Amino acid sequence: MSENSNATPLVKSGLAEMLKGGVIMDVVTAEQAKIAEDAGAVAVMALERVPADIRAQGGVARMSDPDLIDQIIKTVSIPVMAKARIGHFVEAQVLESLEVDYIDESEVLSPADYVNHIDKWGFKTPFVCGATNLGEALRRITEGASMIRSKGEAGTGDVSEATKHIRTILSEVRALAAKTDDELYVAAKELQAPYQLVKKVARDGKLPVVLFVAGGVATPADAAMMMQLGADGVFVGSGIFKSGNPAARAAAIVKATTFYDDPKVIAEVSRGLGEAMVGINVNDLPAPHRLSERGW
Amino acid sequence: MLVGVLALQGDWREHKLLLESLGADVLPIRRESELSQVQALVIPGGESTTMSNLAKSFGLFPALREFVNHKPTLGTCAGLIMLSDKVEGAVAGQEFVGGLDITSSRNAYGGQTYSFEADVEIAGQIERVAFIRAPRILAVGKAEVIATLDGEPVAVRQGNLLGASFHPEITGGTKLHSLFLESIS
Repeated sequence: MSENSNATPLVKSGLAEMLKGGVIMDVVTAEQAKIAEDAGAVAVMALERVPADIRAQGGVARMSDPDLIDQIIKTVSIPVMAKARIGHFVEAQVLESLEVDYIDESEVLSPADYVNHIDKWGFKTPFVCGATNLGEALRRITEGASMIRSKGEAGTGDVSEATKHIRTILSEVRALAAKTDDELYVAAKELQAPYQLVKKVARDGKLPVVLFVAGGVATPADAAMMMQLGADGVFVGSGIFKSGNPAARAAAIVKATTFYDDPKVIAEVSRGLGEAMVGINVNDLPAPHRLSERGW
Repeated sequence: MLVGVLALQGDWREHKLLLESLGADVLPIRRESELSQVQALVIPGGESTTMSNLAKSFGLFPALREFVNHKPTLGTCAGLIMLSDKVEGAVAGQEFVGGLDITSSRNAYGGQTYSFEADVEIAGQIERVAFIRAPRILAVGKAEVIATLDGEPVAVRQGNLLGASFHPEITGGTKLHSLFLESIS
């Protein structure tokens, strides 16, 4: 028998494959993590403040306290993800040493490097990264990301940016698939991504890794819409624990994500959930406060 | 023949593609009315807590238990857990389909840091497969071991049921699915 191999690209992207059709929920305490697991989350994202609070309180947002991450890992049996700042490879090293299941190099935290993202190939722990368009997604994959999530606008409860980003990425993939080989050289230049990767996406008609949606999903119908638009699954951040009844809303979003094409089920699970998070219209946010513009 | 793949959550599309490449027609299953149309079923990889939660909410357990009683069913990773009679590390209230007389232990190889690829001999054929936060098979009762890794059972067969702690569907190994399809006819 040949050697067993850890942390191969296939093993790293493989976990994301297992999360498909599921909901990944932001949690800030072990109790919230348990509520998320009981509601049917496929994974939790451990962080100190949900994006809505980061937005409200301002200041520099950083990696969570390792104690919090340890407690959450001990409390739940589902995968635990945690966020590192863009370019902050030492936060990523710390998260790897804590044995989180996935690292999110996230624009929701304050960037630590305005030029470089983390070189993700050097890590055994897989990474998920945000993207607003195909070029950005392919640059992250080139740096070693094993999963992509469209960014949306975190902490707003306004799904419009999430819609824009998933539509943009998938429509760019479709446009690429229609191109001839010689046209792909220019496409690669325009996407600012390596030719071989661009060619692979064009010929497969899809990204080489799993694509989730994030940023602004707050209701079961929001989640189902993202799935109908072609997402492999959804991240829900502030939408659950900033709502009136987190346990019920979390369970409803899980069901709507599975039965995303069945309006009767979506109607049924949407009944009596109490208040959704209040939310902020993205158009009311001044440009410097738009998290999706972080990362390049 | 029409084969179902439980599509509540997980990598059911990879199983669908693999089964189709072997000549089967495949129907994704999320409802009892869909389950009644198929002759055999695959329970894919994914999160067993999520699958169990959804199967319970939508009242699928009685139909699934009846199905695995007499029809060919294959479970990989989370699917193996769903088919286990005894499960260690389950969350409180988590239900399973059962049917395989084994004890499995959730995520017993460790978290993602310990996920790995390996060559495994499945019924005489060596294939590259992936173990992703995989369950361990701790004890085997009436089931027959059909694959081992470092001396430990990693795949079992018992009557019409097949279960594996690994994922052949993401490395493209066909042996387990071929055995499964052979058991239908």
